[in-house]
Amino acid sequence: MDLTPIWLTLKLAAITTMILLIVGLPLAYWLSKGRSIAKIILEAIITMPLVLPPSVLGFYLLMAFSPKHGIGEWLHNIFDIQFVFSFKGLVLASVIYSMPFMIGPIKSALQQLPLSLSQASYTLGKSERETFIKVLLPNIRASMLTAAILTFAHTLGEFGVVLMIGGNIPGVTRVASIAVYDSVENMDYTSANAYSLILFCITFIMVISVFVFNKYKAKSPLE
Amino acid sequence: MISIDIEKKLRAYPGEQMLKIAAQFETSSITKIYGPSGAGKSTFLKIIAGLIEPEYGKISVDDVVWLDTVLKTFLSPQKRKVGFVFQNYALFPNMTVQQHLEYVSDDAQWTNRLLAIGKLETFTSHKPEYLSGGQQQRLAILRAMAIRPKLMLMDEPFSALDPKMKSELIPGLKSIWDELGTTVLIVSHNPQELEGLTAREIYVESQ
Repeated sequence: MDLTPIWLTLKLAAITTMILLIVGLPLAYWLSKGRSIAKIILEAIITMPLVLPPSVLGFYLLMAFSPKHGIGEWLHNIFDIQFVFSFKGLVLASVIYSMPFMIGPIKSALQQLPLSLSQASYTLGKSERETFIKVLLPNIRASMLTAAILTFAHTLGEFGVVLMIGGNIPGVTRVASIAVYDSVENMDYTSANAYSLILFCITFIMVISVFVFNKYKAKSPLE
Repeated sequence: MISIDIEKKLRAYPGEQMLKIAAQFETSSITKIYGPSGAGKSTFLKIIAGLIEPEYGKISVDDVVWLDTVLKTFLSPQKRKVGFVFQNYALFPNMTVQQHLEYVSDDAQWTNRLLAIGKLETFTSHKPEYLSGGQQQRLAILRAMAIRPKLMLMDEPFSALDPKMKSELIPGLKSIWDELGTTVLIVSHNPQELEGLTAREIYVESQ
Protein backbone atom coordinates (compact mmCIF):
# COMPACT_ATOMS: atom_id res chain seq x y z
CA MET A 1 0.00 0.00 0.00
CA ASP A 2 1.22 3.48 -0.86
CA LEU A 3 1.49 5.46 2.37
CA THR A 4 2.13 8.80 0.63
CA PRO A 5 -1.52 9.93 0.94
CA ILE A 6 -1.36 9.36 4.72
CA TRP A 7 1.85 11.39 5.10
CA LEU A 8 0.46 14.10 2.83
CA THR A 9 -2.72 14.25 4.92
CA LEU A 10 -0.77 14.50 8.19
CA LYS A 11 1.48 17.19 6.70
CA LEU A 12 -1.56 19.15 5.48
CA ALA A 13 -3.30 18.85 8.86
CA ALA A 14 -0.16 19.92 10.77
CA ILE A 15 0.48 22.97 8.55
CA THR A 16 -3.19 23.98 8.61
CA THR A 17 -3.33 23.70 12.41
CA MET A 18 -0.15 25.74 12.82
CA ILE A 19 -1.34 28.49 10.49
CA LEU A 20 -4.74 28.60 12.18
CA LEU A 21 -3.16 28.79 15.64
CA ILE A 22 -1.11 31.79 14.55
CA VAL A 23 -3.97 33.51 12.73
CA GLY A 24 -6.81 32.23 14.91
CA LEU A 25 -5.63 33.32 18.34
CA PRO A 26 -5.51 37.08 17.66
CA LEU A 27 -8.62 36.86 15.46
CA ALA A 28 -10.61 35.00 18.12
CA TYR A 29 -9.44 37.52 20.73
CA TRP A 30 -10.58 40.43 18.56
CA LEU A 31 -13.94 38.78 17.91
CA SER A 32 -14.40 38.05 21.62
CA LYS A 33 -14.26 41.75 22.50
CA GLY A 34 -17.64 43.42 22.02
CA ARG A 35 -19.88 43.38 18.97
CA SER A 36 -19.92 45.45 15.81
CA ILE A 37 -21.38 45.02 12.35
CA ALA A 38 -17.92 44.27 10.94
CA LYS A 39 -17.36 41.55 13.56
CA ILE A 40 -20.78 39.98 12.97
CA ILE A 41 -20.19 39.84 9.20
CA LEU A 42 -16.66 38.44 9.60
CA GLU A 43 -17.84 35.85 12.09
CA ALA A 44 -20.62 34.79 9.71
CA ILE A 45 -18.06 34.38 6.91
CA ILE A 46 -15.77 32.34 9.18
CA THR A 47 -18.71 30.14 10.21
CA MET A 48 -19.97 29.53 6.65
CA PRO A 49 -17.82 26.41 6.00
CA LEU A 50 -19.72 24.67 8.82
CA VAL A 51 -22.98 24.83 6.87
CA LEU A 52 -21.88 25.29 3.28
CA PRO A 53 -21.46 22.11 1.14
CA PRO A 54 -17.67 21.59 0.83
CA SER A 55 -18.00 21.28 -2.94
CA VAL A 56 -19.53 24.77 -3.09
CA LEU A 57 -16.63 26.25 -1.14
CA GLY A 58 -14.20 24.27 -3.28
CA PHE A 59 -15.87 25.48 -6.46
CA TYR A 60 -15.59 29.14 -5.46
CA LEU A 61 -11.96 28.68 -4.42
CA LEU A 62 -11.30 26.97 -7.75
CA MET A 63 -12.86 29.88 -9.61
CA ALA A 64 -11.13 32.53 -7.48
CA PHE A 65 -7.66 31.02 -7.75
CA SER A 66 -7.79 29.69 -11.28
CA PRO A 67 -4.72 31.05 -13.13
CA LYS A 68 -7.08 32.25 -15.86
CA HIS A 69 -9.24 34.53 -13.69
CA GLY A 70 -9.02 37.42 -11.22
CA ILE A 71 -6.85 36.90 -8.15
CA GLY A 72 -5.48 33.58 -9.40
CA GLU A 73 -4.34 35.13 -12.68
CA TRP A 74 -2.78 38.09 -10.84
CA LEU A 75 -0.92 35.80 -8.38
CA HIS A 76 0.27 33.64 -11.25
CA ASN A 77 1.49 36.54 -13.40
CA ILE A 78 3.08 38.66 -10.67
CA PHE A 79 4.38 36.12 -8.12
CA ASP A 80 4.31 32.92 -10.16
CA ILE A 81 2.12 31.34 -7.48
CA GLN A 82 -0.50 28.79 -8.44
CA PHE A 83 -2.98 27.55 -5.85
CA VAL A 84 -5.10 25.35 -8.06
CA PHE A 85 -3.98 21.70 -8.28
CA SER A 86 -1.10 22.26 -5.88
CA PHE A 87 -0.36 21.50 -2.21
CA LYS A 88 -0.40 25.25 -1.50
CA GLY A 89 -4.00 25.29 -2.70
CA LEU A 90 -4.88 22.46 -0.34
CA VAL A 91 -3.40 24.41 2.56
CA LEU A 92 -5.35 27.55 1.61
CA ALA A 93 -8.61 25.62 1.27
CA SER A 94 -8.01 23.75 4.54
CA VAL A 95 -7.27 26.95 6.44
CA ILE A 96 -10.56 28.46 5.25
CA TYR A 97 -12.52 25.24 5.70
CA SER A 98 -11.25 24.46 9.22
CA MET A 99 -11.20 28.02 10.53
CA PRO A 100 -14.48 27.80 12.50
CA PHE A 101 -13.11 24.80 14.42
CA MET A 102 -10.19 26.90 15.65
CA ILE A 103 -11.95 30.24 16.16
CA GLY A 104 -15.14 28.96 17.80
CA PRO A 105 -13.77 27.22 20.94
CA ILE A 106 -11.09 29.88 21.53
CA LYS A 107 -13.48 32.80 21.19
CA SER A 108 -16.01 31.11 23.44
CA ALA A 109 -13.34 30.38 26.09
CA LEU A 110 -12.08 33.97 26.03
CA GLN A 111 -15.63 35.29 26.46
CA GLN A 112 -16.14 33.04 29.46
CA LEU A 113 -13.13 34.44 31.32
CA PRO A 114 -14.17 37.12 33.83
CA LEU A 115 -13.57 40.63 32.46
CA SER A 116 -11.94 41.50 35.77
CA LEU A 117 -8.90 39.33 34.90
CA SER A 118 -7.80 41.60 32.07
CA GLN A 119 -8.92 44.68 34.00
CA ALA A 120 -6.73 43.65 36.94
CA SER A 121 -3.78 43.19 34.62
CA TYR A 122 -4.32 46.64 33.04
CA THR A 123 -4.38 48.34 36.44
CA LEU A 124 -1.05 46.65 37.16
CA GLY A 125 0.39 48.53 34.19
CA LYS A 126 0.39 45.63 31.74
CA SER A 127 -0.37 46.18 28.06
CA GLU A 128 -3.20 44.45 26.23
CA ARG A 129 -0.67 42.22 24.44
CA GLU A 130 1.12 41.18 27.62
CA THR A 131 -2.22 40.55 29.32
CA PHE A 132 -3.31 38.37 26.41
CA ILE A 133 -0.11 36.31 26.45
CA LYS A 134 0.49 36.00 30.19
CA VAL A 135 -3.01 36.04 31.67
CA LEU A 136 -5.67 35.15 29.11
CA LEU A 137 -3.98 32.47 26.99
CA PRO A 138 -2.69 30.36 29.91
CA ASN A 139 -6.22 30.27 31.30
CA ILE A 140 -7.76 28.89 28.11
CA ARG A 141 -5.16 26.18 27.47
CA ALA A 142 -7.75 23.39 27.53
CA SER A 143 -9.86 25.15 24.90
CA MET A 144 -6.79 25.88 22.77
CA LEU A 145 -5.89 22.19 22.79
CA THR A 146 -9.47 21.25 21.91
CA ALA A 147 -9.47 23.75 19.05
CA ALA A 148 -6.10 22.54 17.72
CA ILE A 149 -7.10 18.88 17.84
CA LEU A 150 -10.51 19.48 16.29
CA THR A 151 -8.87 21.52 13.52
CA PHE A 152 -6.29 18.79 12.91
CA ALA A 153 -8.91 16.02 12.93
CA HIS A 154 -11.28 17.98 10.70
CA THR A 155 -8.50 18.60 8.16
CA LEU A 156 -7.77 14.86 8.09
CA GLY A 157 -11.33 14.25 6.97
CA GLU A 158 -11.63 16.91 4.27
CA PHE A 159 -12.78 15.61 0.93
CA GLY A 160 -14.98 17.79 -1.24
CA VAL A 161 -13.10 21.02 -0.89
CA VAL A 162 -9.65 19.49 -1.41
CA LEU A 163 -10.85 17.46 -4.38
CA MET A 164 -12.25 20.58 -6.04
CA ILE A 165 -9.17 22.76 -5.64
CA GLY A 166 -6.44 20.11 -5.59
CA GLY A 167 -7.75 17.32 -7.75
CA ASN A 168 -6.18 13.88 -7.38
CA ILE A 169 -2.47 14.20 -8.19
CA PRO A 170 -0.45 11.39 -6.54
CA GLY A 171 2.20 12.72 -4.14
CA VAL A 172 0.94 16.30 -4.51
CA THR A 173 -2.77 16.60 -3.73
CA ARG A 174 -3.91 13.00 -3.30
CA VAL A 175 -4.70 13.01 0.42
CA ALA A 176 -6.02 9.97 2.33
CA SER A 177 -9.72 10.75 1.97
CA ILE A 178 -9.30 11.05 -1.80
CA ALA A 179 -7.21 7.88 -1.84
CA VAL A 180 -10.11 6.04 -0.16
CA TYR A 181 -12.55 7.29 -2.78
CA ASP A 182 -10.12 6.54 -5.60
CA SER A 183 -9.46 3.00 -4.33
CA VAL A 184 -13.19 2.27 -4.15
CA GLU A 185 -13.64 3.64 -7.67
CA ASN A 186 -10.97 1.16 -8.80
CA MET A 187 -12.57 -1.69 -6.82
CA ASP A 188 -9.44 -1.88 -4.62
CA TYR A 189 -11.27 -2.44 -1.34
CA THR A 190 -8.14 -3.64 0.48
CA SER A 191 -6.39 -0.28 0.04
CA ALA A 192 -9.62 1.61 0.73
CA ASN A 193 -10.02 -0.32 3.97
CA ALA A 194 -6.40 0.27 4.99
CA TYR A 195 -6.59 4.03 4.40
CA SER A 196 -9.96 4.22 6.17
CA LEU A 197 -8.73 2.24 9.17
CA ILE A 198 -5.64 4.43 9.57
CA LEU A 199 -7.75 7.61 9.37
CA PHE A 200 -10.29 6.15 11.80
CA CYS A 201 -7.60 5.21 14.34
CA ILE A 202 -5.79 8.56 14.16
CA THR A 203 -9.03 10.51 14.54
CA PHE A 204 -10.27 8.28 17.37
CA ILE A 205 -7.01 8.69 19.32
CA MET A 206 -7.19 12.46 18.88
CA VAL A 207 -10.79 12.74 20.04
CA ILE A 208 -10.07 10.45 23.02
CA SER A 209 -7.07 12.59 23.95
CA VAL A 210 -9.27 15.73 23.98
CA PHE A 211 -11.74 14.04 26.32
CA VAL A 212 -8.98 12.76 28.61
CA PHE A 213 -7.07 16.03 28.74
CA ASN A 214 -10.18 18.14 29.31
CA LYS A 215 -11.76 15.81 31.83
CA TYR A 216 -10.82 18.02 34.76
CA LYS A 217 -10.20 21.26 32.90
CA ALA A 218 -13.59 22.10 31.42
CA LYS A 219 -17.24 21.54 32.22
CA SER A 220 -17.65 19.76 28.90
CA PRO A 221 -14.75 17.95 27.17
CA LEU A 222 -15.61 19.77 23.94
CA GLU A 223 -15.47 23.27 25.48
CA MET B 1 -4.88 66.11 45.89
CA ILE B 2 -7.34 64.08 43.84
CA SER B 3 -10.23 65.95 42.33
CA ILE B 4 -13.20 64.06 40.90
CA ASP B 5 -16.40 65.26 39.27
CA ILE B 6 -18.23 62.56 37.30
CA GLU B 7 -21.63 61.62 35.96
CA LYS B 8 -22.40 58.12 34.76
CA LYS B 9 -25.65 56.49 33.72
CA LEU B 10 -26.26 53.20 35.50
CA ARG B 11 -28.53 50.44 34.27
CA ALA B 12 -31.21 49.84 36.85
CA TYR B 13 -34.65 48.34 37.07
CA PRO B 14 -36.80 50.13 36.13
CA GLY B 15 -35.04 52.49 33.70
CA GLU B 16 -31.75 54.21 34.36
CA GLN B 17 -30.16 55.94 37.31
CA MET B 18 -27.51 58.61 37.33
CA LEU B 19 -24.39 58.35 39.44
CA LYS B 20 -23.15 61.84 40.28
CA ILE B 21 -20.12 62.36 42.47
CA ALA B 22 -18.03 65.45 43.02
CA ALA B 23 -15.35 65.14 45.67
CA GLN B 24 -11.78 65.93 46.54
CA PHE B 25 -9.41 63.67 48.41
CA GLU B 26 -6.33 64.86 50.25
CA THR B 27 -3.07 63.07 49.46
CA SER B 28 -2.37 60.24 51.95
CA SER B 29 -5.93 60.29 53.23
CA ILE B 30 -8.06 57.18 53.74
CA THR B 31 -11.73 57.52 52.80
CA LYS B 32 -14.58 55.12 53.21
CA ILE B 33 -17.14 54.94 50.40
CA TYR B 34 -20.49 53.54 51.46
CA GLY B 35 -24.04 53.41 50.22
CA PRO B 36 -26.84 51.01 49.25
CA SER B 37 -26.28 48.06 46.90
CA GLY B 38 -26.44 49.06 43.25
CA ALA B 39 -25.71 52.69 44.03
CA GLY B 40 -22.59 52.63 41.84
CA LYS B 41 -19.77 52.36 44.38
CA SER B 42 -17.81 49.78 42.37
CA THR B 43 -18.50 51.73 39.16
CA PHE B 44 -17.12 54.84 40.85
CA LEU B 45 -13.84 53.07 41.64
CA LYS B 46 -13.62 51.65 38.10
CA ILE B 47 -14.13 55.10 36.61
CA ILE B 48 -11.23 56.42 38.69
CA ALA B 49 -9.05 53.47 37.57
CA GLY B 50 -9.92 54.11 33.90
CA LEU B 51 -11.77 50.81 33.46
CA ILE B 52 -15.12 52.51 32.76
CA GLU B 53 -15.62 55.81 30.99
CA PRO B 54 -18.38 58.12 32.28
CA GLU B 55 -20.69 60.21 30.10
CA TYR B 56 -19.33 63.31 31.72
CA GLY B 57 -16.40 63.74 34.00
CA LYS B 58 -13.14 65.23 35.06
CA ILE B 59 -10.52 63.55 37.20
CA SER B 60 -7.21 65.11 38.08
CA VAL B 61 -4.51 63.79 40.35
CA ASP B 62 -1.86 66.22 41.59
CA ASP B 63 -2.66 68.56 38.67
CA VAL B 64 -2.31 65.77 36.11
CA VAL B 65 -5.56 65.34 34.17
CA TRP B 66 -6.53 61.66 34.00
CA LEU B 67 -9.94 62.25 32.48
CA ASP B 68 -11.69 65.16 30.88
CA THR B 69 -14.66 64.23 28.73
CA VAL B 70 -14.96 67.78 27.39
CA LEU B 71 -11.32 67.97 26.26
CA LYS B 72 -11.42 64.25 25.28
CA THR B 73 -8.53 63.43 27.59
CA PHE B 74 -8.37 59.84 28.78
CA LEU B 75 -5.35 58.38 30.52
CA SER B 76 -5.28 54.59 30.12
CA PRO B 77 -5.50 52.31 33.20
CA GLN B 78 -1.90 51.25 32.50
CA LYS B 79 -0.69 54.83 32.89
CA ARG B 80 -2.86 55.59 35.94
CA LYS B 81 -1.37 52.56 37.74
CA VAL B 82 -3.73 52.60 40.68
CA GLY B 83 -3.71 49.71 43.11
CA PHE B 84 -7.10 48.09 42.56
CA VAL B 85 -8.60 45.37 44.76
CA PHE B 86 -11.56 43.81 42.97
CA GLN B 87 -14.60 42.62 44.86
CA ASN B 88 -14.23 39.19 43.20
CA TYR B 89 -10.42 39.38 43.74
CA ALA B 90 -9.72 38.83 39.98
CA LEU B 91 -6.80 36.55 40.76
CA PHE B 92 -5.08 34.83 37.84
CA PRO B 93 -5.87 31.08 38.02
CA ASN B 94 -2.66 30.17 36.17
CA MET B 95 -0.33 31.92 38.63
CA THR B 96 0.91 30.97 42.08
CA VAL B 97 0.99 33.46 44.95
CA GLN B 98 4.65 34.19 44.20
CA GLN B 99 3.98 34.58 40.46
CA HIS B 100 1.18 37.05 41.14
CA LEU B 101 3.63 39.34 42.89
CA GLU B 102 6.47 38.70 40.42
CA TYR B 103 4.10 39.62 37.58
CA VAL B 104 3.98 43.10 39.09
CA SER B 105 7.39 43.60 40.70
CA ASP B 106 10.82 41.99 40.39
CA ASP B 107 11.96 43.48 43.70
CA ALA B 108 12.20 40.33 45.84
CA GLN B 109 12.76 42.27 49.05
CA TRP B 110 9.57 44.24 48.46
CA THR B 111 7.44 41.22 47.53
CA ASN B 112 8.76 39.29 50.55
CA ARG B 113 7.78 42.17 52.78
CA LEU B 114 4.28 42.13 51.31
CA LEU B 115 4.02 38.36 51.75
CA ALA B 116 4.94 38.80 55.42
CA ILE B 117 2.29 41.49 55.91
CA GLY B 118 -0.35 39.26 54.31
CA LYS B 119 0.94 36.17 56.16
CA LEU B 120 1.20 34.25 52.91
CA GLU B 121 4.91 33.30 53.11
CA THR B 122 4.11 29.61 53.42
CA PHE B 123 1.68 29.63 50.49
CA THR B 124 3.95 31.06 47.79
CA SER B 125 3.68 28.01 45.52
CA HIS B 126 -0.12 27.76 45.83
CA LYS B 127 -2.46 28.70 43.02
CA PRO B 128 -5.66 30.61 43.93
CA GLU B 129 -7.88 27.51 43.76
CA TYR B 130 -5.88 26.03 46.65
CA LEU B 131 -6.23 29.12 48.86
CA SER B 132 -9.07 29.90 51.25
CA GLY B 133 -11.33 32.90 50.59
CA GLY B 134 -9.43 34.99 53.14
CA GLN B 135 -6.06 34.05 51.66
CA GLN B 136 -7.29 34.90 48.16
CA GLN B 137 -8.49 38.28 49.37
CA ARG B 138 -5.15 39.01 51.03
CA LEU B 139 -3.34 38.03 47.83
CA ALA B 140 -5.56 40.43 45.86
CA ILE B 141 -4.59 43.22 48.27
CA LEU B 142 -0.86 42.36 48.15
CA ARG B 143 -0.87 42.20 44.34
CA ALA B 144 -2.40 45.67 44.16
CA MET B 145 0.14 46.94 46.70
CA ALA B 146 3.04 45.46 44.74
CA ILE B 147 2.99 48.32 42.20
CA ARG B 148 3.67 50.79 45.04
CA PRO B 149 0.48 52.73 44.23
CA LYS B 150 -0.02 56.39 44.92
CA LEU B 151 -3.75 55.74 44.79
CA MET B 152 -5.33 52.59 46.17
CA LEU B 153 -8.91 51.65 45.29
CA MET B 154 -10.36 48.80 47.32
CA ASP B 155 -13.77 47.22 46.73
CA GLU B 156 -14.91 45.38 49.87
CA PRO B 157 -11.30 44.38 50.60
CA PHE B 158 -11.76 42.85 54.05
CA SER B 159 -15.11 41.07 53.63
CA ALA B 160 -13.63 37.55 53.79
CA LEU B 161 -11.21 38.19 56.66
CA ASP B 162 -11.87 37.21 60.26
CA PRO B 163 -11.53 40.01 62.85
CA LYS B 164 -8.15 38.74 64.10
CA MET B 165 -6.62 38.54 60.65
CA LYS B 166 -8.04 41.95 59.78
CA SER B 167 -6.61 43.54 62.90
CA GLU B 168 -3.19 42.06 62.07
CA LEU B 169 -3.27 42.99 58.38
CA ILE B 170 -4.48 46.59 58.53
CA PRO B 171 -1.54 48.03 60.56
CA GLY B 172 0.89 46.50 58.04
CA LEU B 173 -0.98 48.01 55.13
CA LYS B 174 -1.28 51.34 56.92
CA SER B 175 2.47 51.53 57.49
CA ILE B 176 3.13 51.01 53.76
CA TRP B 177 0.48 53.55 52.77
CA ASP B 178 2.10 56.09 55.11
CA GLU B 179 5.52 55.27 53.67
CA LEU B 180 4.36 55.65 50.04
CA GLY B 181 2.02 58.56 50.71
CA THR B 182 -0.83 56.53 49.26
CA THR B 183 -4.35 57.92 49.03
CA VAL B 184 -6.84 55.17 49.77
CA LEU B 185 -10.52 54.84 48.88
CA ILE B 186 -12.29 51.84 50.42
CA VAL B 187 -15.77 50.67 49.51
CA SER B 188 -17.41 48.92 52.42
CA HIS B 189 -20.90 47.82 53.39
CA ASN B 190 -20.05 47.20 56.99
CA PRO B 191 -20.46 50.41 59.06
CA GLN B 192 -18.09 49.26 61.81
CA GLU B 193 -15.50 47.60 59.58
CA LEU B 194 -13.19 50.56 59.08
CA GLU B 195 -13.64 52.34 62.39
CA GLY B 196 -10.46 54.10 63.41
CA LEU B 197 -8.83 53.61 59.98
CA THR B 198 -10.68 56.12 57.83
CA ALA B 199 -10.76 59.81 58.54
CA ARG B 200 -13.60 60.55 56.17
CA GLU B 201 -16.68 58.91 54.74
CA ILE B 202 -18.53 59.52 51.47
CA TYR B 203 -22.07 58.36 50.93
CA VAL B 204 -22.82 57.28 47.37
CA GLU B 205 -26.37 57.15 46.08
CA SER B 206 -27.50 57.18 42.45
CA GLN B 207 -30.57 59.18 41.41
